[in-house]
Amino acid sequence: MGKKMNKNSYIREVPRASWFLKQPRYIRYMAREVTSLFIGAYTLMLVIAIKRVAEGPDAFQNFLEILYSPLGILFNISTLLAALYHSTSWFNVTPQAMPIQWGEEFVSGRIIVGAHYIIWIAISILILVFGV
Amino acid sequence: MSERQIQIEVLRYNPETDIEPTIQAYTVSCLNEWVVLDALNYIKDNLDATLSYRWSCHMAVCGSCGMMINGEPKLACKAFIHEYSDRIRVEPLVHFPIKRDLITDIEDFIAKFASVKPYLIPKEKRPISDGEYQQKPEDLLKFKQYTLCINCMLCYSACPKYGLVPEFIGPAAISIAHRYNQDSRDGGRHHRQEIIASSEGVWECSFVGACSEVCPKHVDPAGALQQVKLASTIDWYREHLMPWVKK
Repeated sequence: MGKKMNKNSYIREVPRASWFLKQPRYIRYMAREVTSLFIGAYTLMLVIAIKRVAEGPDAFQNFLEILYSPLGILFNISTLLAALYHSTSWFNVTPQAMPIQWGEEFVSGRIIVGAHYIIWIAISILILVFGV
Repeated sequence: MSERQIQIEVLRYNPETDIEPTIQAYTVSCLNEWVVLDALNYIKDNLDATLSYRWSCHMAVCGSCGMMINGEPKLACKAFIHEYSDRIRVEPLVHFPIKRDLITDIEDFIAKFASVKPYLIPKEKRPISDGEYQQKPEDLLKFKQYTLCINCMLCYSACPKYGLVPEFIGPAAISIAHRYNQDSRDGGRHHRQEIIASSEGVWECSFVGACSEVCPKHVDPAGALQQVKLASTIDWYREHLMPWVKK
């Protein structure tokens, strides 16, 4: 697991493949990182959708049928859950990355996080009402 | 005063005789209000004088007694016995080479800390007769929390990136650079950017956030690093999209 240095100090090596299993906080971090793969896959799906539209109505209909299949629905639900986890985990750390100072005080982190949720909900409603 | 028999398992390593570290267990009758450092001092004074570890102030100010307590980077003077079960494992801070027992080699940290120029570089030279630099409370607030760092290196032990990429400048050093960059009296940001905005600098950080979770002084190094990323990104866009705008 380790080795001696020339100065007689002992180095404990970090296991390259399994380091994140050591701490729950590392697992939470890896979960956040892994969710981006789902978002990447969903983006790829949207690109394929555009391609199918360009190929004509039949091709697009086939594409929709795949989406409505059990596997397609499972993919969409799991991507939605991953996107929710991804978004909320980033929203919750925004006060650290973007603190807002108001005179001699910092604006409460709750307000910064809350503003993100409010904008998110507002945009989602707008898309639901006008986008469909 | 209630007492409890606690088994303190300590990592031992003697560079002159040992090929690798071993764990030695001591049974200590601990008072409930003790901290782990008290237990180590008891062992040193009464059971085994050869046990080596660093400590000084016993009040979370000097930053010397950082060690892994049950796998978590902690100050031994702030880790209360009553928060633990009857068995406590004490090891030297991970990600640092072990010199002896609980003592680590901190040269790498010291070099990185010095490399970010952690001191005031005034915007312009002023004669002493001009008096002190003045600062408003809102100017102080911008960096005050980063001045609370005690260089205990718990953040380096918590940071998996530092463990995997030892070249990473790391949380505390970048936070102290950010502290001076945020200071209204300072004009040395461009000197520090060369180091902290490099790939071994802030871009090695992927915001695990563990540094801030373990920081005993609530410095929030993870926040500082993200703010440095944001400022460096704005620098890049300014430089490439608006080269006519002076810095």
